[in-house]
Amino acid sequence: MSILPQVIFLVIFVAAGYVLYRRISFLKRNIMLGKKEERNDQPGERWKTMLLVAFGQQKMFKRWLPAFLHFLVYAGFIIINLEVAEFIIDGFTGQHRIFAPFLGGFYTFAMNAFEFLAVGVLVACVVFLIRRNITKVPRLTMKELKGWPAMDANLILIIEICLMMVILKMNAADQILASRGVEHYTQLGTLFFSSLLTPLLEGFSTSFLVFTERAAWWFHIVGILGFAIYVTYSKHLHIFLAFPNTWYSKLQPKGEMTNMPEVTNEVNMMLGIPTEGAQESPAEIGRFGAKDVNDLSWINIMNAYSCTECGRCTAECPANITGKKLSPRKIMMDVRDRAEEVGKSVDAGGKGLEDGKSLLGDYTTAEEINACTSCNACVEACPVNIDPLSIILQMRRYVAMEESGSPAQWNAMFQNMETSFSPWKFAPTDRFNWAESVKDEEIK
Amino acid sequence: MSNYKVPTMAEMAASGESPEILFWVGCAGSFDDRYKAVTQAFVKILNKVGVSFAVLGPEETCTGDPARRAGNEFLFQMQAVANIQVMNGYNIKKVVTACPHCFNTIKNEYPALGGAYEVIHHSQFLQSLINEGKIVMKGGGEFKGKKITFHDSCFLGRANNVYEAPREIIKALDVELVEMKRCRTKGLCCGAGGAQMFKEPEPGKKDINVERTEEALGTGASAIAVGCPFCLTMMADGVKNKEKENEVKVVDLAELIAKDLGLD
Repeated sequence: MSILPQVIFLVIFVAAGYVLYRRISFLKRNIMLGKKEERNDQPGERWKTMLLVAFGQQKMFKRWLPAFLHFLVYAGFIIINLEVAEFIIDGFTGQHRIFAPFLGGFYTFAMNAFEFLAVGVLVACVVFLIRRNITKVPRLTMKELKGWPAMDANLILIIEICLMMVILKMNAADQILASRGVEHYTQLGTLFFSSLLTPLLEGFSTSFLVFTERAAWWFHIVGILGFAIYVTYSKHLHIFLAFPNTWYSKLQPKGEMTNMPEVTNEVNMMLGIPTEGAQESPAEIGRFGAKDVNDLSWINIMNAYSCTECGRCTAECPANITGKKLSPRKIMMDVRDRAEEVGKSVDAGGKGLEDGKSLLGDYTTAEEINACTSCNACVEACPVNIDPLSIILQMRRYVAMEESGSPAQWNAMFQNMETSFSPWKFAPTDRFNWAESVKDEEIK
Repeated sequence: MSNYKVPTMAEMAASGESPEILFWVGCAGSFDDRYKAVTQAFVKILNKVGVSFAVLGPEETCTGDPARRAGNEFLFQMQAVANIQVMNGYNIKKVVTACPHCFNTIKNEYPALGGAYEVIHHSQFLQSLINEGKIVMKGGGEFKGKKITFHDSCFLGRANNVYEAPREIIKALDVELVEMKRCRTKGLCCGAGGAQMFKEPEPGKKDINVERTEEALGTGASAIAVGCPFCLTMMADGVKNKEKENEVKVVDLAELIAKDLGLD
């Protein structure tokens, strides 16, 4: 028996592993361009959130059709990995269906289950392709998806369809060969879905079927390794990042904006309030708010890499619904694109962050962030707990505090608040006038 | 018969008393002509029920919410710290407010700056008075038997998970509560949050309040109930825009109760 296939498999496997390692390091470094943020409190609540939202798909089930189809692909992905484990062991050992003799009837049952999932994934992916390209579901065809994002989405679906079809074809060829008593192939009992394909293959010679079976096997396992690498370049990264992303969810009430302690110190000094550690020289304040990716928290950037561009946020955004330029999904895509650009520049020995560009201005515009009503619809809508609002508000802080570039009407409001302690220009002494008429009335 | 009373914290402190709750009026509640009626309605209910309360009166200032959401953290904190000093000076424990923006800010954002209070939205407070039997409704007044829809305020609903108290109040009236398609967690903003109240909207196809009003009018309700001064303004403007102001009223929850009790 030749060990050449095993050697080839080993080389491919190690090479894929190496590429994957490089990609993961690249992504991790990009995410860590962001500022440090500690979010390890309440581990119990965090595990619960991750189990419910990422593992349990809780937020997907707001609308049943996409949820059901997504669940098929999700369950298929998780469970078919067991079969992939067997593929890998077979690849290293030169065996075929190594678990079959140990598991007997259960193996046949498991293979049928995998086939069922494969068909489920296939059907779901076909429906997804139709939703994107034929019925054109609005949130899946918006303008920020033109070009690579639309291509990326279609590629993923087509790759998944190919991988699933190949599994079925492989099983069909495998079972014909087993029934002909060819060495190496184990008769498994009926495999429901692939047996529907056997009539197509039965007329061929044994050697052709062996070739078909082997080709399908290699296509599937190399395809999966390739797909694993492709995912790191793709919006499809959410299949892994959904888990840490939900673990690091914001657990405070959605309405709570993050405090800026560096401002508190200054405010306390101005108001003459003693603060703890006031004797120490104030820590170096980098920048108020966010202009570029490095001003954001690493969690904001991880959010961006976890975004699968489904557009549920944008579909619920009141500003977007009424035709404003703001799209929370685009904000997340902007953050990721900018982090990628900076990362690539650093790797190429380029200027990195100092390339004369920035997230705010070159990717996201003031018009977009000014349109946000901070209503939290995007945060509520995201199936993996991404928080676009946090990023929008940090950029507004930069514009207001570093550039004094807020819209004129907001600057007027700021002025009213400074002088009249109300966003409207009323005399503070009139604040209690509303009570006059009430006090004159008798209780009924 | 005695008159309605609106005691201030300063008066209370001068006579050595401390009220059970501070009623935080907010800027809209103090200055907005339409919303002053809501403040007055709420104060009348408090008087009628005999709740021990006081207001800060001239000592109150903006919570800083619109400044913070427009990005001016300095201004927000200046307002917040000053307010916290005043409230802590009066040793305030419990705050009730009719404004979800004040509610959210005082409840969630003041603790980090040294101001920790129990903060209750007026819908929650009114609901508890109904549950305790202190408010007994008569049946809906002018809206009796008619349809009312409730517009969720983002800062009450999604921001703080208060969805049921306003609906319980409406259900306590003899009216039919009809929901818009976008309600509760999927509610559509009135368009005023995030300091949008204080500037013109960005260019688009239409204004957010018009979109929302169209949805509210679509329910066939004769009143749109709100629990937020910004929502009240935006929805009322929307109704005017659709020239329906004679058929459809925009009312605050406190006004619904006050009308029902004949306090208006």
